[in-house]
Amino acid sequence: MTYSKLTAVSALSLAAAGFGASAQAEDLTLCWAAWDPANALVELSKEFEAQSGHSMNFEFIPWPNFADRMLNELNSGGNLCDLLIGDSQWIGGGAENGHYVKLNDFFDAEGISMGDFADATVYAYSTWPKGSENYYALPAMGDANGWFYRKDWFERDDIKAAFKEATGRELAEPKTQKELLEIAQFFQEREIDGQTVYGAAIFTERGSEGITMGVTGALYPWGFKYENTPGSYDMEGAVNSPEAVEALEFYKEFYETATPPGYTNSYMGESLDAFKSGQVAMAMNWFAFFPGLYADPNTGGDKIDFFVNPPQNQAGSTLGGQGISVVAYSDKQDAALEYIKWFADPAVQQKWWDLGGYSAHNAVLESPTFKDSAPFAGDFLEAMGAVQDFWQEPAYAELLLAMQKRIHDYVVADQGTAKEALDKLIEDWTETFEDEGKL
Amino acid sequence: MTETPITRAAQATPPPMARKIRGLSDRAIAWIFVGPTIFLLLAINIFPLIWTINLSFTNFRANRPNREVDYVGLRNYERILTDSDIWLNMQATAHFLFWTILLQVLIGFTLAYLINKKFKGNDLWTTIIVLPMMLSPAVVGNFWKFLYQPQIGLFNYIVAFFTGKDPSSFEMLGSVDLAPWSIVIVDTWMWTPFVMLICLAGLRSIPDYIYEAAEIDRASKLRQFFTLTIPMVLPFLMLAVLFRGIENFKMFDLVVQLTGGGPGSTTELTSINLKREAFEKWRTGYASAYAIILFVTVFGLASIYVKALNKVKER
Repeated sequence: MTYSKLTAVSALSLAAAGFGASAQAEDLTLCWAAWDPANALVELSKEFEAQSGHSMNFEFIPWPNFADRMLNELNSGGNLCDLLIGDSQWIGGGAENGHYVKLNDFFDAEGISMGDFADATVYAYSTWPKGSENYYALPAMGDANGWFYRKDWFERDDIKAAFKEATGRELAEPKTQKELLEIAQFFQEREIDGQTVYGAAIFTERGSEGITMGVTGALYPWGFKYENTPGSYDMEGAVNSPEAVEALEFYKEFYETATPPGYTNSYMGESLDAFKSGQVAMAMNWFAFFPGLYADPNTGGDKIDFFVNPPQNQAGSTLGGQGISVVAYSDKQDAALEYIKWFADPAVQQKWWDLGGYSAHNAVLESPTFKDSAPFAGDFLEAMGAVQDFWQEPAYAELLLAMQKRIHDYVVADQGTAKEALDKLIEDWTETFEDEGKL
Repeated sequence: MTETPITRAAQATPPPMARKIRGLSDRAIAWIFVGPTIFLLLAINIFPLIWTINLSFTNFRANRPNREVDYVGLRNYERILTDSDIWLNMQATAHFLFWTILLQVLIGFTLAYLINKKFKGNDLWTTIIVLPMMLSPAVVGNFWKFLYQPQIGLFNYIVAFFTGKDPSSFEMLGSVDLAPWSIVIVDTWMWTPFVMLICLAGLRSIPDYIYEAAEIDRASKLRQFFTLTIPMVLPFLMLAVLFRGIENFKMFDLVVQLTGGGPGSTTELTSINLKREAFEKWRTGYASAYAIILFVTVFGLASIYVKALNKVKER
């Protein structure tokens, strides 16, 4: 009897020890896009591994395949990822299709307040329906589309004089979209140090989201709106407003008169390549790449500077960035939540920024030293104050592909007019919302 | 009973193995062997086809498995057939099909005709010519992308050399007028060797004595070519056209690598468009209807073509 009891107790102890060990040390997989900040996150996460005992694995997918790969994973109920840093536009689908774990109870229990994060990032990365207090992600990586330029060229006396002669004004960071185009056109096919250079690298990619992310950089400053009344899906007069038409014509002119030859299908990688190879004077890209650009030995440091997407009728930047979510199909949700709790800590957020990630935590952004902590920090803050995002509906992929087609058809393939392109876009989007039962 | 060689042979033949073991008939054994294949065929070909037809009448979306699925009748078919953008995709596909097949047949047959002549280095040339078709379409797409690059691309420099144009003054992949031709050129470069090999097999199957008889009848070389060579190679040529036609109707990888369907939608072939509808927009019901329309088109055209091919062979 005693022997049996002893055996039973021993077995229970062993089992408990086993469960305890597995609960304490999980193998977590975090999925994200393969880009510079992802490397910073690997570095940052070593601290979490040391503290928690969990080990972190990473699945980084190249940007052109990121959405396809991850959305297929979620749609098929796959448990490859325990944590996912997904694009802001996925939040609607993630929430409505049950892919993401709702985090409200967890935030309440752990004392994590969304008020501690920048409002724009909470709205864009975390909430569904938009503006509600239903949270499906913690803002992980603030981002917006910005600009960088060859400061060394802008400071050269011969170039400054030529610009003054050509335009009648000083060569400096543009204050409006039209100034931006003027500068780009000035540099187009100019000889600098025996090399022909071009105006600017902009986004024209057709396959995923490139040209949409680029053109919205012009549409938003002109005052583009997706709906007349938010939530009503009444797009006529908003999407194809005179301002939107003008902005779209502007982007087409930019593409035709101020970009390198053959620049018909270009996105982040091509923009970075064009700038680093000394091909262009300016380039648009996400702030996420700016630390890497600044550190570049050939075109970084003193040779580069940054500016926020210039306003036109109003300030406006295209929102990038992502929130971190716990995947509902993960069987390691407790450990994944532990990671989120750790990541939300202000000290970790500060380290995240120091390593090259873009924290959205107010403790970091509102720190008096933040603006001077990097040459692009001030621009980042300014950009995040006027960001606008694409539709975040569950049908966002369909809405995005329609825009990719209509804009590329007009801007790159030179088919139809700007008004016709936007009218057709409304037709496409209307059909989608009708299928969704929202119209 | 008298023993003859036949009765001895009959006695030596064992009863069917199965009957001896389990009493199964020969027919049953045949079914046992054929059954798994038929089951697999049904499971991976017939069932998905029937299921796709079923889905094509619904608004099902594979990324919303929990959403209620409604039968929408012929709405998906109606939408597709009345969508002007889809007809543009069809036109792009037809342009690609027509020109690739025409060029590949012309060049492939010419090459086969030349290679069929006995000359020094014949084998080496054959090997060199067939190299492109041994490469992966992804690799071909990527390196032709570089060749077409307006600033550093070899193709633009070669054209510039012959025309005197500035190499960066034209964009093969970025121009609406040139992009459809750029994909035709690459596909022709890659698959002409395949047509050449089939034509070569046809040419080598023509017995020499037929030409010798024609020589005796004093038929000219040109006459021999049109009355002997062409008719006897025709079934092979038609087979090559069938293979290339089916392949190019579903062309995807090469074009995606080269142009991604752009500029705009200029080179968006039906297969690329279908993939976008099915796996990017996740309109599964709509994409199923689209797939059925394409299937019926290819199946119908291929059936008519195979009948014509059989008639040519019978002549």
